Amino acid sequence: MRAPPSTVRASKLVTNAVAVKSETASIAATKSGHELLLFEALREGLEEEMERDPRVCVLGEDVGHYGGSYKVTKGLAEKFGDLRVLDTPIAENSFTGMAVGAAMTGLRPIVEGMNMGFLLLAYNQISNNCGMLHYTSGGQFTIPVVIRGPGGVGRQLGAEHSQRLESYFQSVPGLQMVACSTPYNAKGLMKAAIRSENPVILCEHVLLYNLKERIPDEEYVCCLERAELVRPGKDVTILTYSRMRHHVLQAAKSLINKGYDPEIIDIISLKPFDLHTIGNSIKKTHKVLIVEECMRTGGIGASLRASIMDNFWDYLDAPIMCLSSQDVPTPYAGTLEEATVVQPPQIVKAIKQLCG
Amino acid sequence: MYRKMVTLQVMDTIFYDAQRQGRISFYVTTIGEEAINIGSAAALNATDVVFSQYREPGVLMWRGFTLQQFANQCYGNEYDLGKGRQMPVHYGSNELNYLTVSSPIATQVPQAVGAAYGLKMDKKDACAVTYFGDGGTSEGDFHAGMNFAAVLGAPVLFICRNNGWAISTPTSEQFRSDGVAIKGQAYGVRSIRVDGNDALAVYFAVKNARKMAVEEFRPILIEALTYRVGHHSTSDDSSKYRSVDEIEYWRTRRDPVARLRMFLQSNRWWDDENEDLLRQDLRTQMMSVLHNAESKKKPGLSNLFEDVYDVIPQNLKEQEQETQAIVGKYPKDYPSDVPLD
Repeated sequence: MRAPPSTVRASKLVTNAVAVKSETASIAATKSGHELLLFEALREGLEEEMERDPRVCVLGEDVGHYGGSYKVTKGLAEKFGDLRVLDTPIAENSFTGMAVGAAMTGLRPIVEGMNMGFLLLAYNQISNNCGMLHYTSGGQFTIPVVIRGPGGVGRQLGAEHSQRLESYFQSVPGLQMVACSTPYNAKGLMKAAIRSENPVILCEHVLLYNLKERIPDEEYVCCLERAELVRPGKDVTILTYSRMRHHVLQAAKSLINKGYDPEIIDIISLKPFDLHTIGNSIKKTHKVLIVEECMRTGGIGASLRASIMDNFWDYLDAPIMCLSSQDVPTPYAGTLEEATVVQPPQIVKAIKQLCG
Repeated sequence: MYRKMVTLQVMDTIFYDAQRQGRISFYVTTIGEEAINIGSAAALNATDVVFSQYREPGVLMWRGFTLQQFANQCYGNEYDLGKGRQMPVHYGSNELNYLTVSSPIATQVPQAVGAAYGLKMDKKDACAVTYFGDGGTSEGDFHAGMNFAAVLGAPVLFICRNNGWAISTPTSEQFRSDGVAIKGQAYGVRSIRVDGNDALAVYFAVKNARKMAVEEFRPILIEALTYRVGHHSTSDDSSKYRSVDEIEYWRTRRDPVARLRMFLQSNRWWDDENEDLLRQDLRTQMMSVLHNAESKKKPGLSNLFEDVYDVIPQNLKEQEQETQAIVGKYPKDYPSDVPLD
């Protein structure tokens, strides 16, 4: 089953995520900027990079004249031609392999997985070749690909279409991985990923595509390795990424009313972690809550906890808390599905427990 | 072309023996497939990009990779272009347009299509070439790669070395189709079946295929029939699953090198004396090359951490420091020929 067109997506989007506008998130947004939705921000970043460098191209299913399942590539095929925005047959391992081969011989391809879950089919090429060939060739060949697509739990998309692939990819050496969460960082990370010489996985979230924000008119690029300080505070460090950032912000409203002062960091870079930003925060607050959408076992939270313990053990006043999804396939029933994703009330409760 | 075929044969024999003597850790021979290796390589241009499986070192040899360079990679010494990171026979050379070999079967097939896609966009007078065995045609990547190439009109040559065996699996247990050429037809790819042990036939087939691919923007599939005379690799003893008589028959009576030699000699372009001199000279060269490679240092420890990314990240720097500290503290527990830096 493939995802329905994005017009259906837009009308069904009544998420908690949209309720929290990104007033705290925009760093350089000026009144003279322009407003757009996250998927448009991704497209803007992509278009600017394709204009800037003729070697940049896009490969994926339905990315051409259809404009992509989430409309990220809409209009690009008309502008850049059918070869630069290439519609591929349905074989994820193969078009990812194609991208690896093209990258090694001079192009800068972007692979769009219609849903991150389908990229599991491309795992062989991603793990055995994409992450490895720069190393095994002795540095002779670089693989500047960007692999992107929507992941995360959506609105009743079923278990196979609700995967959190960041868990599986975080272990592959040679890859970099980032997760965007706002139109601002979506555009900036897309541009940075394309310009990077390393293979980068850009994790998007299926429910965040219609998030609206005002972003600068001037050109900007985000840093792939830097976390975003969303809200400074001194009581507790909350580490999160992607859609959970918005759940955390929603919970924060309630927490602030109750007198807590949480420091919220969107980690952005899932591989490698920005331990500098994270560490500075922990040294200030001494308490950590991680809020993620991954499963409990082997997720980003699990690795982050290990990293924090290795590096900042002496600064912790309490065990690191981590809110994750349960180790279950995501059920189709809406009520059950909602129970598998961390919700704002859970976050509030966890902070109360952590901070007293 | 003949000299290179003999060189390949001699190199293989000596490296194989070296592995058996414990001088290198692993090797894969190309015995019996010299005609495909050299015949096809000679028909390509230097700018054609090659994505091989692992039984095609002859292509690299034709392009100018020296015996010393082959040895350096097999020994994984400091002169290895791959910096000691891959197993023997996983050669790669940016300069010679030969992509570093990656072990998983058929992963190079879609990669070649990707490279061809790039060449097509840039309108270059070059094509991509990919090699694989009969076993590789069962992999999903082969089918999708062919399909993509056909749909895209990508200038790529798919050269299948149908040598009858995929480790211990004979082609009768690999597929039930009439060989590999017919698989190409199913995808709308023009295909040809060629006697892989006839160096000249391979040469002309590839030459014509290349012309079609580059001028008409289309993929071509070439099935070269041959026989894998050697074992799959030094970790295999093929007498366990096939008769020694069969191997001997192909090794002696159907040797592609001997076949070309007889053709050359019958036209008086070559003689026994030349042959002896050539083989003698090659053996001497190989001995010195092996000795040379053996005596070189191994790449330093820092090579373990470099090139994972373009710029080494903090976490890897820390891991490198930890590793250096441990190796420095307990040098007797670690190999003595690996420098700490």
